[in-house]
Amino acid sequence: MTAPRHIRTPLGRVRGFGAAKSGTGHFWMQRLTAIANVPLTIAVIVIMIMLLGRNQPAVAQILGSPPVAIIMLLFIASIMTHMRIGMQVIIEDYVQDEFAKVGLLIANNFFVAIVGLTSLYGILKLSFGL
Amino acid sequence: MAETRSLEGRPPAERPLSPHLQIYRPMLTMMMSIVHRITGIGLYFGTLLLAWWINSAAGPNGYGKFQAFAGSWIGRLILFGYTWALIHHMLGGIRHLIWDTGHGLGPNEREWLAAANLVGSIAITVLLWIIGLLTVGGPQ
Repeated sequence: MTAPRHIRTPLGRVRGFGAAKSGTGHFWMQRLTAIANVPLTIAVIVIMIMLLGRNQPAVAQILGSPPVAIIMLLFIASIMTHMRIGMQVIIEDYVQDEFAKVGLLIANNFFVAIVGLTSLYGILKLSFGL
Repeated sequence: MAETRSLEGRPPAERPLSPHLQIYRPMLTMMMSIVHRITGIGLYFGTLLLAWWINSAAGPNGYGKFQAFAGSWIGRLILFGYTWALIHHMLGGIRHLIWDTGHGLGPNEREWLAAANLVGSIAITVLLWIIGLLTVGGPQ
């Protein structure tokens, strides 16, 4: 029997997480949300053109109607993940200082949570007429 | 940085550091890669506008403020840039998804895809704005 050509433990090899300890999960989510974003973005652009120049009651009614609201919710949910992990890569690439990097990664998560959930809340409010 | 010395006690040879952006001749694919990131950053912060728009529509007051912003010159400039960033990033994403399948990576194909990305994003943005301006009329 020849000596193994790697020094990774059998468990580490099976998990396949590598140096980043997260495997291909990040890559997969980036692609998954990217694929979802294409039809959703096109739909949202169509919705926005439909709403151009209309007054608030009309916009509120259309934006809160089930098909439009569901598209908006899917769009917001998909871009929230996409923008969060995209900005994470940018921070990891360019911020060398460990303290600043961790701080910005935290801020990134907070920003996406606040802006994303605020947007989701607005759509739900329009939809349920709260 | 601490002074490093080789084992013989001589100062280490002056070797170039790893080359970075300024070393390379700018190429279309490289520029498009950078622009993809920049547009991504723009879209990231642009979600503030999305949140504002949705929540201003969700209440009786405040939508007028958003409309005044969106109708102003500066507002339209920002929204025009945002439209382009969105389309450009979307087409760039599709380009990356094509590359993920292993296609379009040849020297001519990747140049063609990058050029199509740029021309397409500008053309679609202008087209969308023509449709938009025909709908609501010119700047107020």
